[in-house]
Amino acid sequence: MLRYLIPLGIFLVIVVFLAIGLNRDPSEVPSPLINRAAPTFRLPQLKEPDKTFSAEDMRGKVWVLNVWASWCGACRHEHQLLLDYAKSGAVPIYGLNLKDHREDALAWLGELGDPYVLSVSDIEGRVAIDYGVYGAPETYLIDQNGTIRYKQIGEVSRDVWQDKFLPLVQQLNREGAGR
Amino acid sequence: MNRARLLLLLLLCVMATVSVAQVPRQRVATDDPVIEQRLHNLSQNLRCLVCQNETLADSQADLANDLRDEIREQMKAGKSDKEIINFLTARYGQFILYKPQVTPTTYLLWFGPFVLLLAGLAVLFRYIKQRRDLIPEKPLSAEERRRAEELLRRGSRKETA
Repeated sequence: MLRYLIPLGIFLVIVVFLAIGLNRDPSEVPSPLINRAAPTFRLPQLKEPDKTFSAEDMRGKVWVLNVWASWCGACRHEHQLLLDYAKSGAVPIYGLNLKDHREDALAWLGELGDPYVLSVSDIEGRVAIDYGVYGAPETYLIDQNGTIRYKQIGEVSRDVWQDKFLPLVQQLNREGAGR
Repeated sequence: MNRARLLLLLLLCVMATVSVAQVPRQRVATDDPVIEQRLHNLSQNLRCLVCQNETLADSQADLANDLRDEIREQMKAGKSDKEIINFLTARYGQFILYKPQVTPTTYLLWFGPFVLLLAGLAVLFRYIKQRRDLIPEKPLSAEERRRAEELLRRGSRKETA
């Protein structure tokens, strides 16, 4: 009896590994920056280019950084959802406008609405490279110490917002208040 | 104004418009063939994360162009290949390398197949040994020994004949 169970057991183990592996999406490259410090940057603001914004400015607050561009189709779809999330006021959303023309970006926001507290212009994409961005949209959740706690590759769907972002935001706020 | 001046003014206006309509990123190909060769060799071993089946050397994706520019600048600044690889893996993880580095996270990837091979061989040897142990080793009885010697004697006599 045992001699039949052993190959069966090995087969089941292989099936489990295959099930896990084949259900993964190879286009989702896990970020090595999770639980590491968010890279510093200082960039001009999109709407007021003579002002700058830096990740340091957000110390002490939990915030979301959303990488977007007017040339990005999926960002258009995500935009509606971002407007809702911003309206809920759960966490402030800041935008990183990636490799875009300022006029196009402003026109885009004008047409679709602006969920961002502010956006910064990363015209050359240098800051994006520091953040390991390889496409748009990508979204980071950063805590009060400037540590990246979560990265979403692709749109932040309602499910992702409900199940991943909100609980983490609430947990971080609780931890922050307790200090 | 005369025709030549008008033409010159027109030319200047055209040049002015062209210089304004530029893409955000200036692509500066270095005139240093050593660096270009080094860049080519290094980027052949890097994966383009956007078109994941292409190398960073071949891909025409925007990100690939940007990363090649970034690598080129770092090479010009005197960074070694190892430093550049560390720069990229710190931001994009091991996946950007076609040959992942041997770190505790990739031990399973690198050594797993050999471990499985050894485990398989161990099971095989144990199985063979088990089967062999089942064969009873009995010494020859007196009758069998006499017959064996008879056959051997007959065989050797035939050869000498």
